[in-house]
Amino acid sequence: MNVLLALAIGTTFGIAVLWLLRGSLWSLLLGLALLGHASHLLIFVGGGLAVAAPPLVAEGALAPAAGAADPLPQALVLTAIVIAFAILAFALVLAVCAGDAANTDDLDAYGGESQ
Amino acid sequence: MNASVVVAPILVPLVAALFGALGPRRPGYQRTVGLLGAFGLFVAAMGLLASVFVEGVIAVQIGDWPAPFGITLAADRLSAAMVAATGLVAFTVVLYSTAEIPDDVVTAGFYPFVHVLLLGVCGAFVAGDLFNLYVWFEVMLLASFVLLALGSGRAALTSSITYVALNLLASAFFLIGVGFLYGQVGTLNFADLSLKLGDPAALDAARPAALLLLIAFGIKAGVFPVFFWLPAAYPNASFAVSALFAGLLTKVGVYALLRVFTLVFPLEALGLAPGLLAVAAATMASGVLAAASQAHVRRILSFHIVSQIGYMVLALALVTTLGLASAVFYIVHHIVTKTNLFLVGGLIARAGGSEQLDQIGGLSQRRLGLTMLFAIPALSLAGVPPFSGFFAKFFLIRSALEADAIVAVTFAVVVGLLTIYSMAKIWIEAFWKPAPAETHLDEPLPRAALVACAMLAVVTITLGVGAEALWSFALATAEQLADPQEYLNAVLGDPT
Repeated sequence: MNVLLALAIGTTFGIAVLWLLRGSLWSLLLGLALLGHASHLLIFVGGGLAVAAPPLVAEGALAPAAGAADPLPQALVLTAIVIAFAILAFALVLAVCAGDAANTDDLDAYGGESQ
Repeated sequence: MNASVVVAPILVPLVAALFGALGPRRPGYQRTVGLLGAFGLFVAAMGLLASVFVEGVIAVQIGDWPAPFGITLAADRLSAAMVAATGLVAFTVVLYSTAEIPDDVVTAGFYPFVHVLLLGVCGAFVAGDLFNLYVWFEVMLLASFVLLALGSGRAALTSSITYVALNLLASAFFLIGVGFLYGQVGTLNFADLSLKLGDPAALDAARPAALLLLIAFGIKAGVFPVFFWLPAAYPNASFAVSALFAGLLTKVGVYALLRVFTLVFPLEALGLAPGLLAVAAATMASGVLAAASQAHVRRILSFHIVSQIGYMVLALALVTTLGLASAVFYIVHHIVTKTNLFLVGGLIARAGGSEQLDQIGGLSQRRLGLTMLFAIPALSLAGVPPFSGFFAKFFLIRSALEADAIVAVTFAVVVGLLTIYSMAKIWIEAFWKPAPAETHLDEPLPRAALVACAMLAVVTITLGVGAEALWSFALATAEQLADPQEYLNAVLGDPT
């Protein structure tokens, strides 16, 4: 399971970098989105995986059973996903406006020379 | 009481943003709420500074969950000084913006976003754990994206793509670093991390996370070779927004470097100090050389931010208490001076009709007040006594000499001279030489903007004249950073 996930994370990072280097506005956004997904998955796995062991406290006990999943990475990753989603939504709208203004998909045209 | 002092600098901008966003879209209402909120933040920030000055480190556990399990807010002298500087910048920039930002941008939600930005900045300064630092960074970034894109025109939109992309990249590095660190150490609370990484084996294992965080903060601070987003974005925003960014955004990155690489990862134990020293020197040199080749007021100033960030990182990389103290002094001086210069840059553009140095001139004959307002921060930035910049450079060079970093001293002196060259260029082109064409831009400059610039100029002079008091404050701050015991006790509870 760990090996599979490690491979998945690595492959996602690889594809993200590939997209980032394409030099076009839309592949840049795609790359950034994938980069976000890869880092979220990494945080999720970073806390250590526990299969089918939810961090629930049994009735009468004061702590979850030993070997239960760590709930903190799950909370972190949820927060990170929400933030990444909001920023990606904004970036998409910005890209539409900027793409209209620059009238090209080629990132070399997005230098930001002031008029 | 203690809790409210730390929470107030976060709560005030939040309330101001809500009142602005949910209230009527009338320009008058929006400006009033914006100004009141900024003034409230200034008062709250001064309150925090005074409390920390009297009581030492103040930590608050949100919802009473004990550290390291809950969300911790902690303010030591460094946090308090940064929040205080933020309060000053917020109030002066918002005051200036009431005269600059047109009605349609104000009704589009300009002030709520300014306050969300301030919320993120203040939150980052008092965050007690790495993940909350990340969240505050994102709050700040999202607001800054919007403020940048609100500037009009094609350049503002296209340049914000660079800005957004590079900052998202930095956030990804940050997040990966957080993931590694949690996987290895099992905590993200600064104080708890500091204890657990005191073990050399744990510190060694956490080295990749440290490097990832260094890259992330480096991009946000704008150090060599990852500063290119900064001069691309800043000159295209409105003057008030670029002044706000110039004063605060990169400094949040520097703050994160200062916090994480003293408290969590001691630079010396990681062996990163020589590398960081080289990065700092390259940042100083590339920033100032790029600035020398520009002929546009805000492009020159933007590249100077990069070179000044180099000074601050240099002071951190000396890994001495004196070095940390000069970093603190430098940051405070830089925030005030740089904000002031960007605001004055706006007045120059208004009085001269352009920011392009070859299209303006003769301002010293026509605008005596503006000339004075430019001279004070420009001389301060160049490091001329008796202004704050002289003492900032003086203390930095003295710390470097005492740390036997001769190369660093050489860089600091040469870069300082080149800074004088750049300031002299703006001075000669915009103020001294005769105006290139007969310009008829004689309407009086807006009073609110002049008052805002004058306030910052007075602070610059005060910091210069009162350099000794600020230096003793900076020394006490550095001692707190060098010996984190007081911070640990405040956050985790006193073991005795």
